[in-house]
Amino acid sequence: MMNNTGWENFKGGRWQQEIDVRDFIQSNYQPYKEDETFLTDTTDRTRDILKKLSRLQKLEKEFGGVLDIDTSTVSSLLNYAPGYLDKEKELIVGIQTNRPLKRGVNPFGGINMARKACKAYGYTMDEKIEREFFYKTTHNDGVFRVYTVEMKEARKSGVITGLPDAYGRGRIIGDYRRVALYGVDRLIAGKEEDKRKKGQLLMDMENIKVSEELYKQIDFLEKLKKMAELYGFDISQPAVDFKEAVQWLYFGFLGAIKEQNGAAMSLGRVSTFLDIYAQRDIDQQRLTEQQVQEIIDDFIIKLRMARHLRTPEYNELFAGDPMWITEAIGGMGEDGRTLVTKMSYRFLHTLYNLGLAPEPNLTVLWSTALPEAFKRYCAKVSIDTDSIQYENDDVMRPLYGDDYGIACCVSAMKIGKQMQYFGARCNLPKVLLMALNGGRDEITGKQVGPISEGVMDGLLEYGDVMKRFAFYQEWLARLYVNTMNVIHYMHDQYAYEKLQMALHDTDVERFMAFGIAGLSVTADSLSAIRYAKVRTVRNEKGLIQDFEIDGEYPRFGNDDDRVDSIAAELTEDFIGELRKTPAYRKAVHTLSVLTITSNVVYGKKTGATPDGRKKGEAFAPGANPMHNREANGALASLNSVSKLPYEACRDGISCTFSITPSTIGKSCEEQKSNLVAVLDGYFDMKAHHINVNVLNRQQLIDAMEHPERYPNLTIRVSGYAVNFNKLSRQQQQEVISRTYHERL
Amino acid sequence: MSSKTEEIEKTGRIHSIETLGGADGPGLRMIIFMQGCPLRCIYCHNPDTWDRNGGREFTVEALVQKAIRYRSYFGRDGGVTLSGGEPLMQPIFAAELLKQLKKVGINTALDTAGTTPSEEVAEVLSNTDTVLLDIKMPDQERYDQYIGGSLSTTMNFLHAASAAGCRIWIRHVVVPGINDKKNDIVSLCSLIRDSGVAVERLELLPYHKMGIEKYKLLGLSYRLADVQELEEGKLTELLGYCSENRGLYS
Repeated sequence: MMNNTGWENFKGGRWQQEIDVRDFIQSNYQPYKEDETFLTDTTDRTRDILKKLSRLQKLEKEFGGVLDIDTSTVSSLLNYAPGYLDKEKELIVGIQTNRPLKRGVNPFGGINMARKACKAYGYTMDEKIEREFFYKTTHNDGVFRVYTVEMKEARKSGVITGLPDAYGRGRIIGDYRRVALYGVDRLIAGKEEDKRKKGQLLMDMENIKVSEELYKQIDFLEKLKKMAELYGFDISQPAVDFKEAVQWLYFGFLGAIKEQNGAAMSLGRVSTFLDIYAQRDIDQQRLTEQQVQEIIDDFIIKLRMARHLRTPEYNELFAGDPMWITEAIGGMGEDGRTLVTKMSYRFLHTLYNLGLAPEPNLTVLWSTALPEAFKRYCAKVSIDTDSIQYENDDVMRPLYGDDYGIACCVSAMKIGKQMQYFGARCNLPKVLLMALNGGRDEITGKQVGPISEGVMDGLLEYGDVMKRFAFYQEWLARLYVNTMNVIHYMHDQYAYEKLQMALHDTDVERFMAFGIAGLSVTADSLSAIRYAKVRTVRNEKGLIQDFEIDGEYPRFGNDDDRVDSIAAELTEDFIGELRKTPAYRKAVHTLSVLTITSNVVYGKKTGATPDGRKKGEAFAPGANPMHNREANGALASLNSVSKLPYEACRDGISCTFSITPSTIGKSCEEQKSNLVAVLDGYFDMKAHHINVNVLNRQQLIDAMEHPERYPNLTIRVSGYAVNFNKLSRQQQQEVISRTYHERL
Repeated sequence: MSSKTEEIEKTGRIHSIETLGGADGPGLRMIIFMQGCPLRCIYCHNPDTWDRNGGREFTVEALVQKAIRYRSYFGRDGGVTLSGGEPLMQPIFAAELLKQLKKVGINTALDTAGTTPSEEVAEVLSNTDTVLLDIKMPDQERYDQYIGGSLSTTMNFLHAASAAGCRIWIRHVVVPGINDKKNDIVSLCSLIRDSGVAVERLELLPYHKMGIEKYKLLGLSYRLADVQELEEGKLTELLGYCSENRGLYS
């Protein structure tokens, strides 16, 4: 055992002999079941810092979204002099480059993307970097050396899309807590020992690969120590108090985002871990509640300053400039104790102390067994700030234990023990259209899939369509897995996440996370073919350009098993097909139904579908029903989504739910109780995820202009029978706009 | 009773179902909007429910099965609210539906104007947990002018509901220029106080124009086209008078 002042007064255990953060948490944390009254307000210091930051953010906005770019330095751990927002007043230090909000260039994923991003904001990437990378293979170079013609065609048509082949794949969560609990030296020693053990085994391809990766991991742990030294900290040893614990942990995260510009860079599950340190300092009267909150506020400010340099197209796809710094909060332990601590509250409270912001992406792990006071506090925060998403701890805990985090929005993984290969998504409606068009793209007419005869003119017959659809799904699933294998082989090779993987166990479990876009469109299309009469309409090229639908058909979102079962089977069939092709490095195939904002772009690139959706019209996001198709209100729609099987969609099922505060209840107390009832009810139905949008006036106005962005939007007043879907869109908008312009 | 009549009792005409109701009774509720209404309130926002034969036909069984699907959302306080239209326009069906809902342990509420006396009212009330009684106007004169029913029938219903042991919430739509004066609200409060009935809550609902589109679709003229929606500030002011005159209710 180490002689270690950082561990004083902690209850010992297995975690002292081996790297086991969960064991440390379980042995030392104090569940908290009371309410939020202990929380403290913003301090003057924090207010000053915020003022500085908001000035910079304002400038950033005026400059078109990017404040500044360092075009001559490649982003990494040691390439920038230390930077500060306010050197005197900051409690937690460290930023990505030498100046706040200045962005670095990270060409390891692909030099083209970096070059384009610089250009889009009026910069030119320095010759020096161009020269340096002329002799370097990027991830993107590697992928295109191996891509087959078929892969390129599928990619171009968009039937598989959003592939991480030109940028950092992300979705890997380093266990940043290890830096604080063990100090970097202990982590290096562990990795050296692992490398020694690997060296005694047969040196086959995998083992050589792992050994080289371990070399890189150790190298970057050394670099992490040096990075901290630049800021005047020695993080070779464990953190000795709360402030150090936050600082050490943050250095770990900072190193990761300096090294990687991954699409989603989650923080993990740090709040309850940090609570143990805070509680120790409070018990010893070394810190007050106010000071603890102040340190957390400062930490969250740092997370809000994280930036990556991306192209405007990328930002359009994701509706903004997101990092997805997801922090999982709450949940229950396997022993039945809640994992909610005071720190869970303090993290959520930053939304009040620092004002609203989409980052970090605060995610509450909901269980019907959570303490009632915490449930009500979450509901309050949702109603006040519209900034929390919820995920079902009761369906994830049995699969991932009680120390998992969420990568991106809905991807669960055991922290430090599992990672995923992010697999973008397949445009399922497009596969269906391809099946009807004999393997041709429905927009360009290009032959993308295997040639078949395509459907005859006249009535579409369900059995026949399903047979064709199954054939093309089988073809696509194989192509999709193969494409993903190429991408991730190359990413491991040329853009390996050295620091993040150093903060994982060496023998890590891998997932390969595939995705579906347009699930509800596909389910409704098949339902229409089955229960109504659908005829094809062709253009001069012989391509199906539209469908005539005669009669009613059950539509996803109405809690109607006839179509909900079609949607559920679609996910089961597709993951079944994917599993038939082995994934790179023995990764386990998983599937998500998640397209939070990109549903608009995917819809644009997809022809008319048999459900009556017009060419180019947006898909519903994630697993949401198509808007205006639900006739029984929002809970019916949630029930439909809850029927999608999590076992088939282990990478997550995303659902967005929009509501105005007065719809959910009259008084504040009623609104809280009723929102808690919605969440309890929904998750009791075994649903996986919900994004609760409680709309303010500005959002409501936006909702009128872009109804596709606010699925399930429910606006009710007492006694008003809606039947909204009988009104034209224009009429609905009139109703909403008049009512809410005048009333809100 | 012939088997045919029995069948008819078990089906009703339904305008629509809203599964997420947070504004019509305690907790989170599934609202069943029923067809048919004897009144013609000048401010009505559901003219599409007036026709007793409109909407779609549902059996009691189908509606109960639907409600069961939402039980996990109801929590401690929520349940099902029958609204409309006037649910008492289909009294046999309403009574049966409420009874079956109670049988499976679902909390029930009835959103009514209480102006439709029938033999089944007692049966309805004995299966209703909460009555949301809409007292439309503070005097008969304005019932005649703007509503069409009778205030005394409504008050009789209030007593019946109280005698049946229902929780009682009173609702009252406030329309600018018609019943938005301090005196109007004070009279309403006295009316309730003088009834001697224990009322748990008084809800003033601001007049709004979300119904206009429905009138257009139905080809009906909208008589309050020139009246503005009630302002938030005005509502707060009127609510102030209620608490000054609260009497028996909170």
